[in-house]
Amino acid sequence: MLTLTAGADRGIRRHGRETYPYECCGALIGSGERVVEALALPNAAEKEARRRFRVRPTDYLAAERRASELGAGLLGFYHSHPDHPARPSRYDLEHAWPGFAYVIVAVDRGEPAALTSWRLREDRSAFDEEAVTVAAEGGAVKRTGETPCPPGF
Amino acid sequence: MPTRILIPTPLRGYADQQEVVEAEGATVGELLANMTARYGSLRKHLYNEDGKLRSFVAIYVNDDDIRFLEREATPVKDGDTVSIIPSVAGGAGRRA
Repeated sequence: MLTLTAGADRGIRRHGRETYPYECCGALIGSGERVVEALALPNAAEKEARRRFRVRPTDYLAAERRASELGAGLLGFYHSHPDHPARPSRYDLEHAWPGFAYVIVAVDRGEPAALTSWRLREDRSAFDEEAVTVAAEGGAVKRTGETPCPPGF
Repeated sequence: MPTRILIPTPLRGYADQQEVVEAEGATVGELLANMTARYGSLRKHLYNEDGKLRSFVAIYVNDDDIRFLEREATPVKDGDTVSIIPSVAGGAGRRA
């Protein structure tokens, strides 16, 4: 299960709204399975940015450095799917790394909607969805589902 | 003198969880060969079946991508830092 602070959850959703109809992307920084910061990064996919995202190598290094500065770790990445479900594509699968959490926020007609998190299986055959909890002062406020995502989706 | 190699988060599990490893070598290729001789399971994540560096991995010497230098023949000198950087990409994957 992945936990987002309320600020990280808001940051991801706001970023998805701001970049619509293009995809946004950013890094998830935290410890264990708790994300304390969603670090917005530029989408380097350029002409394909409506349906693709790409993180520049230098921005990847910046995310690792930011995690070190916070005494935390790089837990994964987020991106948006404008007018598309919050489920990973074949293209997402081909580019995923083991151990990272991949958060996807659907942005429907400009408004952030479902937010999901996925982890690559060790054999790279598919993603498994993990539950996402948004923590606020006083405790968890929201939780989404947890389902496998079979190959051929 | 050994050169520092920064290991990215998703590959640290294949390098005893280390953020930085040191290896000897006069070129990037030699460094990586010496490193993967020590951490064998890193090899499959860095090289494809043909023994070439995977396209999903970038190697930087300080701030420069070796694809724009001399690739694996890029020389390294004392004080250089070599970074292994996984390509991070994805997206909905259909035409908008």
